[in-house]
Amino acid sequence: MNGGTARTAPALTARDLVVGYGERQVLNGVSLEVGAGELLAILGPNGAGKSTLLSLLGGSIRPWRGSVEILGRPIEEFERRALARVLASVRQESGAAFPFTVLEVVLMGRAPHLGPLRFEGTRDLAIAHAALARFGLLPLAGRFIQELSGGERRRVFIARALAQEPAIALLDEPTAFLDLKHVGEIFALLKQLRAERRMAVIATFHDLNVAAQYADRILLLKDGVAVGCGAPEEVLTADNLRQVYETEVYVGRNPATGALAVLSAVR
Amino acid sequence: MTAPSRIPSGSRSTPVSTASYEPDTGTFEGAYLSPARMAAVLGAMAALLAVTMIVAVAYGTVRIDLYRALTQPATSDHAILFSARLPRVLMGAVVGAILAAVGAALQALVRNPLAEGGILGISGGGALGAILALTVGYRLGGGPVAIVPLCAFAMALLSTLAVYRLAQVNGRLEPFSLLLIGVIFNAFWGALILLVNALVDLYQVHSIIAWLMGSLEAPTYYQVALVAAMGLGGFAALFIRARDMNLLSLGDDAAADLGVSIEAVRRTIFIATSLMIGAAVSVSGIINFVGLIVPHILRLALGADHRLLLPASVLGGAALLVAADLIARIVIAPAELPVGVITALCGGPFFIYLLRREERRSLVT
Repeated sequence: MNGGTARTAPALTARDLVVGYGERQVLNGVSLEVGAGELLAILGPNGAGKSTLLSLLGGSIRPWRGSVEILGRPIEEFERRALARVLASVRQESGAAFPFTVLEVVLMGRAPHLGPLRFEGTRDLAIAHAALARFGLLPLAGRFIQELSGGERRRVFIARALAQEPAIALLDEPTAFLDLKHVGEIFALLKQLRAERRMAVIATFHDLNVAAQYADRILLLKDGVAVGCGAPEEVLTADNLRQVYETEVYVGRNPATGALAVLSAVR
Repeated sequence: MTAPSRIPSGSRSTPVSTASYEPDTGTFEGAYLSPARMAAVLGAMAALLAVTMIVAVAYGTVRIDLYRALTQPATSDHAILFSARLPRVLMGAVVGAILAAVGAALQALVRNPLAEGGILGISGGGALGAILALTVGYRLGGGPVAIVPLCAFAMALLSTLAVYRLAQVNGRLEPFSLLLIGVIFNAFWGALILLVNALVDLYQVHSIIAWLMGSLEAPTYYQVALVAAMGLGGFAALFIRARDMNLLSLGDDAAADLGVSIEAVRRTIFIATSLMIGAAVSVSGIINFVGLIVPHILRLALGADHRLLLPASVLGGAALLVAADLIARIVIAPAELPVGVITALCGGPFFIYLLRREERRSLVT
């Protein structure tokens, strides 16, 4: 939570979202609010509706019912490119069909800020450079995206999202394929960006402990309904987790960081 | 400037360039498309095209003296140069440019280097449209010449939409079902062309071989200008979408996240490529593989950025078809081959090579 700082319009507000595919309802009345600089983690088992919720928040699908507001304005009022200037998404599958270099992919993040025929200028290159440098990707700038490992590619696409200079970043499983060192690095980085630029981050996670350690707040989903939403301590209780994951868990503390730690309690 | 270091030589997994970066000036040499690099590459390619065209004008079945042809209007050299060779070379350049630019755009659309107007059956549809127009127009006793390319455009567009729709499986475009549908359409349009030809004797208008194999014989300057104008219009529409095509290669969803209106880009590509193919096909018939080979080689050499790839394909496609037509004119002199024979002989093996390579690599990551 953001403590006592005077909050203007929240970065993103979603009210009572209902959506589905065909006849099947996937989300059933989910509401959330994320302030500037906050990190909200969306957790839940497979099929709980995490990715669908993220797609709704990013405007790539429209809800059956409910509303999404970006910086206090309804998301439908944004023209597509204008939306891309304030909101960046990193999807789970990310790659390129043709041999673009890492630098070119990161520069694509500048596209919403440029006209169709304008070349990237010094400012865009400086922004791409900074994004690459933050992720330790500068030595790879001239490499083709196809030549990279899954983890490297993930970092490139998060760097591309940063190059968009968004107010809100939506990350679908940002830590998938990443080893422990890079998970820590990315969150340190996101923390820095949240502090510097007041960037709000909404991310889905598989790993409860990663979410518990780094998120300000957690939204726990099951079958398209929010089971809990709040600080990790409020949401990640043994009761909630048993209900959502249908298995016995042990909730303790990570002795090194003091963050919540969730372990399977099945013998 | 042209950064030859980007060309992946041999093994594809070697690091291509460790971009040198000076934070002050903000340059990543060769790792992205700068206006200077674009100008250098296009300048070099334009020079290559100019040389190719001069050579193609100078040589042929009949030996001519270029100097005499240019200075003495009464000579037969002059007549051969200006009424036979020059319009043919110009038409070759225009058609080649169109085919390659269309290939690059269609490859961007389907996110796959195996796409091309000929392979997807779009050229076949266009050729049928042109033949139908010629048949009816011929029956009605002529008519404006632009009717032919416009009918070709309409049929090419119909063919594009049909192939695109049919190749979609659960809303996703399957590369191999796309190729298969393309093959079927090719055969289908080819059969209809033969059928129309059997019903109406077209030999007085144009040789049937020219439609099915592709040939550049004896165009008029008016035809060259008409096809060039249609090609230019289509190219302008595509070029404005060049950055969107780059983003499209990240996938439809990711491109939309970056502000691309997917439907608008698709519509532009459908209409522009059909217009261009319609124009080309109405004068040259179905010339295969130019649209496949040129963008593919250029992408390997210059990178994938469509802002360079599209205009470079125009110049490269023009040079390739002019050169291929020169070979077609002189290889069995005094007889001539349809230029499509040359491009198919070179392009067929190349296509198989590409197909094999794509099968081994996973297509879209």
